[in-house]
Formats: sequence, C-alpha cells, structure tokens
Amino acid sequence: MKFGVVMFPGSNCDVDCFHVIKEVLKEEVEYIWHKEPLRESKRYDCIILPGGFSYGDYLRPGAIARFSNVMEGIIDFAEKGGLVLGICNGFQVLLEAGLLPGAMKRNKNLRFICDNVFVRVENNTIPFTLKCKKGQVLEIPIAHGDGNYHIDKKTLKEMKENNQIVFRYCDEKGEVSEATNPNGSIDNIAGICNRRGNVLGMMPHPERCSEEILGSADGKLIFDSIMKYLKGE
Amino acid sequence: MFLAKVYITYKKGVLDPQGSTVKKALGTMGFDTIEDVRVGKYMEIMLEEKEKDVAEQKIKEMCDKVLTNPVIEEYSYDILEVRK
Repeated sequence: MKFGVVMFPGSNCDVDCFHVIKEVLKEEVEYIWHKEPLRESKRYDCIILPGGFSYGDYLRPGAIARFSNVMEGIIDFAEKGGLVLGICNGFQVLLEAGLLPGAMKRNKNLRFICDNVFVRVENNTIPFTLKCKKGQVLEIPIAHGDGNYHIDKKTLKEMKENNQIVFRYCDEKGEVSEATNPNGSIDNIAGICNRRGNVLGMMPHPERCSEEILGSADGKLIFDSIMKYLKGE
Repeated sequence: MFLAKVYITYKKGVLDPQGSTVKKALGTMGFDTIEDVRVGKYMEIMLEEKEKDVAEQKIKEMCDKVLTNPVIEEYSYDILEVRK
C-alpha cells in the first residue's frame, strides 16, 4: 500500500509519521511537498496531514496551510473516498478546509498541553478504527495549544446521529467527564470523522506511540486498522 | 488608497478562553464592575483601490474566505480613505 505524508512549512511530525509507515508497518511511503499539486498518477491509498505548526499557526492554526497548492487535490481525493488522516495540526487543517465540521479554539486554560491522555473509541466502524473495540481505551500523547474543539449544538447532534464522534477524552477506565477533558473541547471530543468515514481528524498523536519502546503501542491500532481496511481483510 | 481596520472576535455564544481569563484577572485586581471581556484580533489592511465600494467588497471577501473562521468568529470593519 502507498502512503503520502504532506509537508507544510512548520510541520514537525512528518518524519515520525513517515517512520511508522516505513519501519513499523513496512509499507511504501512518500513525502508530498505542499507547494506541488497532488498528482493522481501517484495513486496514494492514504494521505496523512501531520502535526506541527504550519505557517507558525499565524492567523489561526491551519488557516494558511489550507490554501496550499496540495490541498485542492487532497479535497478531491477525499471526495472520491480516499483515506485522509489529519493528526493535530493536520486535524486543524482539515477543519479549516471544510473537510470536517467545526473549528478549534485556544485550550481552555490557555496552556500548551504536552501529556499522555486516554481516549475512548466511540466509533470502531471506520477504516481508521476497525481493529479497535468499541469503548476501548487508548493511551496516546497530545501536544497542542489549540485543541478546544467547537461546534454548534445542531451540528453536534447531527454528528452524533451519524456516529462522527470517533474519540473522546476519558480516564484509564474509559469514564468520560469534565475532569478528563484536558482542553475544554465540547463533549470531550478528541477526534471526529466525516459522514462517509474516510476522513479522520484527531488531536492525539498515534505516530508517537506505535512502538512498545516508546511506552505505548496503542497508536499502532490506528495504522493497523488502515492496513486492514486497505487490504480488504 | 484605503485603510481598512478589521476587528475580529469570537461570536456571541462561543466561549472565549482568553476573554474569560482576562476578566478573572481584572476582577482579582479590583475592577469589580466588569460584565464581560472579549479578546480578539485587529488588522490594518492598506488597499490600492479607487472606489470605496470596491475596497469594501474586497475586505468582505478576505474576511469571509481567509481572515476569519465563520464557525467561531465574527468581524466588523472601518474603511478610511488615506493619502499616499
């Protein structure tokens, strides 16, 4: 299978994503420079928008990157059903591009939070979570200053009806509460997908915990799920 | 030439984490009559246009397309004619 990892100026988790695909999954992977239009002839199976601080988070996180040359092709790729995974800043870019509903605000406590957190898998039917159990608790690190997800009540209701909430911040037992919400995100939301389920945005970093030597390999479940889906297993 | 002064804030009803922190801090300092604080962004944009309505149209387009995120933010602006 062939993965593409987009590099924006200021991306800083691109190398980690590349490493996991190449060395852990042992699959084909290429970097995609943001200035180049996405070429269909490359035939990617999955495109990853990595974490970082594209364009220094100027204006709003993801707001400038959203207008990079590569994005038009990525929107098209997603509309045709291609798998797109946005992690952290990648999630913010997907929101700004309108591929996912909602927006990110500054963390409630105004701090940049770098910590290990627990998230509960709310939807295990999409290509990115096929190998998880519903309600499974994953330990994954977060590192962001703007992860306070916001959406209006009406759309939130629709998203729940469509099963678009994929991950919610919880404790190690899977209990979701105000106390387990690190950033003020509405409904403890840590990750969402589009209606079709082929675009996932998540604040936690699965690429930082895909090998036991790093303390947790829970993130590998996301990548293994993608592989399972792509191979049609 | 026109100078556009653009003001961007979170929409009413969207909790503003910076605004509420500033409000709390001001309260602690003894400013006890504060009802609300909203923290936003201020931009100055110079446009080389002849007509004011054209300048206004462009500012609106910039705000809707790039400068604000309509999911959480709203904007207002003043447009002034200036000499080079």
